[in-house]
Amino acid sequence: MNVTKKFGHVAALDRVTFDVNNGEYLCVLGPTGSGKSTLLRLIAGLLKPNDGTIFFDGSPVNTIEPQDRNAVYVPQQYALFPHLTVLENVAFGPLARDKVEAEALEIASKTLEMVKLSWRAQALPSELSGGMQQRVALARGLASGANLLLLDEPLGALDARLRLELRHTLRELVKQSGMTAIHVTHDRDEAMSVADRIMVLRAGRVLDYGAPIRVYTRPTGIFVANLIGGASFLDGVVEAVTPDSSAVRVRGGLLIQAPAELLTVDEPVILGIRKERVRISPSKPEAENILEGEVREVRFLGSAREYVVRLANGDTIISRRFMEVEKPTFAAGQRIYVSFEQHDVMSFAYPPQGLRKELEMV
Amino acid sequence: MLRAYESREEWVVKNTKTRTDGSPSMFHGLLTHIERLSASPFIAKSVYSVALAFFLLIVIAPAIVGILAQLVSLPSLTLSSSVAARMQSAVAWSFVIGLTVSSLDVIVGIPLAWLIVRRREHWTTILDSLADIPFVIPTVALGFSILEFWSTPSGIGMIFGADKLVGPGTLLIMLLHFAFSFPVIVRVMVGEFLNYRETFEIAARTLGASAFTAVRTVTLPILRPALLAGFLLALARSLSETGATIVVAGAFENGTVFIKNVRDAGLTTAVVIASLLLIVSSLLVFALIKIVAPRIRIAPLRVWPNLERRLSSRQSVGARNAISLSVFLVFVLLPCLYIAFPAIEALAGGTLSEVVAEVGPWPVFWSSMLLSYVVAILATILNIIGGLPVAVLIARNRFGQKASKIVDALVDLPIIVPSLALGVSLNFFWRNMGALPEFWVLVLAHTTITYSYFVRAMAASVQGIAPELEETARSLGAHPLRVFRKITLPLTKYSLLSGAILVFTRSVDETGATSAVSKTLKTAPVLLVDWIKGNIAVTTSELALGIGFLVATSFLALVVLRLITLREAGRK
Repeated sequence: MNVTKKFGHVAALDRVTFDVNNGEYLCVLGPTGSGKSTLLRLIAGLLKPNDGTIFFDGSPVNTIEPQDRNAVYVPQQYALFPHLTVLENVAFGPLARDKVEAEALEIASKTLEMVKLSWRAQALPSELSGGMQQRVALARGLASGANLLLLDEPLGALDARLRLELRHTLRELVKQSGMTAIHVTHDRDEAMSVADRIMVLRAGRVLDYGAPIRVYTRPTGIFVANLIGGASFLDGVVEAVTPDSSAVRVRGGLLIQAPAELLTVDEPVILGIRKERVRISPSKPEAENILEGEVREVRFLGSAREYVVRLANGDTIISRRFMEVEKPTFAAGQRIYVSFEQHDVMSFAYPPQGLRKELEMV
Repeated sequence: MLRAYESREEWVVKNTKTRTDGSPSMFHGLLTHIERLSASPFIAKSVYSVALAFFLLIVIAPAIVGILAQLVSLPSLTLSSSVAARMQSAVAWSFVIGLTVSSLDVIVGIPLAWLIVRRREHWTTILDSLADIPFVIPTVALGFSILEFWSTPSGIGMIFGADKLVGPGTLLIMLLHFAFSFPVIVRVMVGEFLNYRETFEIAARTLGASAFTAVRTVTLPILRPALLAGFLLALARSLSETGATIVVAGAFENGTVFIKNVRDAGLTTAVVIASLLLIVSSLLVFALIKIVAPRIRIAPLRVWPNLERRLSSRQSVGARNAISLSVFLVFVLLPCLYIAFPAIEALAGGTLSEVVAEVGPWPVFWSSMLLSYVVAILATILNIIGGLPVAVLIARNRFGQKASKIVDALVDLPIIVPSLALGVSLNFFWRNMGALPEFWVLVLAHTTITYSYFVRAMAASVQGIAPELEETARSLGAHPLRVFRKITLPLTKYSLLSGAILVFTRSVDETGATSAVSKTLKTAPVLLVDWIKGNIAVTTSELALGIGFLVATSFLALVVLRLITLREAGRK
């Protein structure tokens, strides 16, 4: 598809082009207001694009009404029909698609079995917990006979623990059904762990689209790098480029070794280093990049510790160390060395509107 | 400029002084004092108790006690068989007409409300305002207008070359009741459709349901409580309306017309028994509908995809819209607006000079108008003062949940019971047991009749405010009264004003209870009923102009109040 959707003069989606394979699980990741929900509503046929065409299996569906698209929309608050029982809710789709009552109820009970909610079939939605409601909403989508499942922040209304639990159930059930899923979320961990492919959306534009591991290790831009995984950013100017490495001079005159790809001499660049790739040690270690600094803050995260280190040039770099790996711990105020390898440095062209603006979540 | 103050106290004194300069600080002090008082549970409880006592003893009790006391005081309870037969058929007709009209309201009103809400275009916004016109026109004027429109040679009959299309009687009463109760349903449903979370419908659509199926199986069942409330409101209006019904009834009698006729004939026993019968049967019917209706489940799982898909098609929707629009136009809007013609004709015909010279029936007319508005203002004030604490009491369960429920049910009583029957009861109570002068009986009768409107609007609005807001304000150190003044009231101001407007317009409009109460004092609508029925001889153009004045002043009063509310709403 390739669509533009405008609300007044504001383009909520700007020439968004992508394709999804049958049976694929796609996650659309983006901050609030990036156009994720608009995208889902366009696909469901609840909104009409100002420009562009949406194709299902190669045929355009722009003029097809929502009920005939075979794309079921699962809104964030589930929209379980409050006056119908759980079973009736799940049977709604098959009935609307002209199945006889007995057959519809049969499909509904089978689907409820899949989500392990048969015992609550006669309950009203309001009598269920949030997690159960989520599963009913999913069951209703699965039972509908549609082949595309549009999930709008499906786990957004649940508490943190349940979100983690249901994430995998969600993927498993969708995969079992063979449906194609487009799952919208602003939670990058959720996106990474359930998606076959991730699409990063920002202000109505696609910034990156690919397998989670590729998006993580080689993000297409600073915003994506920061959104997925987070990183420390340093700005500098390329000083030298050799076939297999390049040297970037950052503020304060420090020289950092980075991969050679796409860099040209004298170009201003931003370097990004993932937190977990930054090592920290009390004495000078063996590494391609070694920087001196002072621990400013220690954040305890349970399985890991994060050290916020102020470098000699005034820049900040964060190091995340896992507990069992890291024997010695450090205290705020301690002078230490941080080090990382050349191939762990991600380099990006300097953004025209500045680094801070580029990182803003809008 | 920086200046050193000797102490913090000095700084505070200096700054407070400059700030309160020119404002009445004594009032401010008094207010602070009262606010502090409101923190005492005893004081708070007293305020609620007094308001509740006002409601129970002044508003509700007279309505119930009056009729019973009068029943006991009657020398004999037997009616002549012909009168009894008339009474039975009249009361039965009241319900037949009420139920038929309210059902028609729902059938035609839903598509129109749907059109107004979902087709957000310039013309539907205008349509939305037009739907309110029958509210603006006092029902007596509406009755006259409808009579002129359907039953005179100069009305709609002119087009068809007939003297009249529908003569006075049952059918004309139905047309009248449809015209004034139809907007009730539209208003209720427009509000509900606006608040409705469309996601339910969206979910149904993407699950494969056509637009019609989605609305039938999901939207309407979810909105059923509101639909039922609208239906009951329309039914209550139909059962209760008196003035206009008398105007269009001809020789036909429904419950209220019967009471009015036997009262004019001096048959007190028949008046009392018919009133009681009407009160009891309305309560029974309402209770029955309220209990039975929520239990009906209309095949939530039965879907006719092909038929309903066809009903969702562009052509069917177009046809549906055309039908509901033309019904609205022909049966509601035109008959309502028709009043303008005779009134303008009378203006052009020179009756105006008579009005200026204050000759003929006009001095009496203007004193009636004055009476109407004075009574309406007093009833509104009484209702605001007495109703505000009761509304909070209901919304916030101040005396426990059970008490709230009982009070809540009692508040509806004056709407459910036909106002003429209520008036008969109130009249007996206040004149014979309270020995009040007629003017105050009028004011109190109007207070009872209109009580529900203000309290309903306020209670709903207070319920809509998250209690957390009030709790936060309390924990920030505000006394209860200050919380009410600074948080609750500003957030519900719109409802307060619209509730007050409703009370005011209903009071100006009221004919049922008023005609039961008045002997010498006649409010404008009651006087106009006498004019129309020929009890007081006036010329046609005098009649048309008198009704024109009543419509014009209610319209003006409504516009002024609307402007105030709009400004208040805009400030929010």
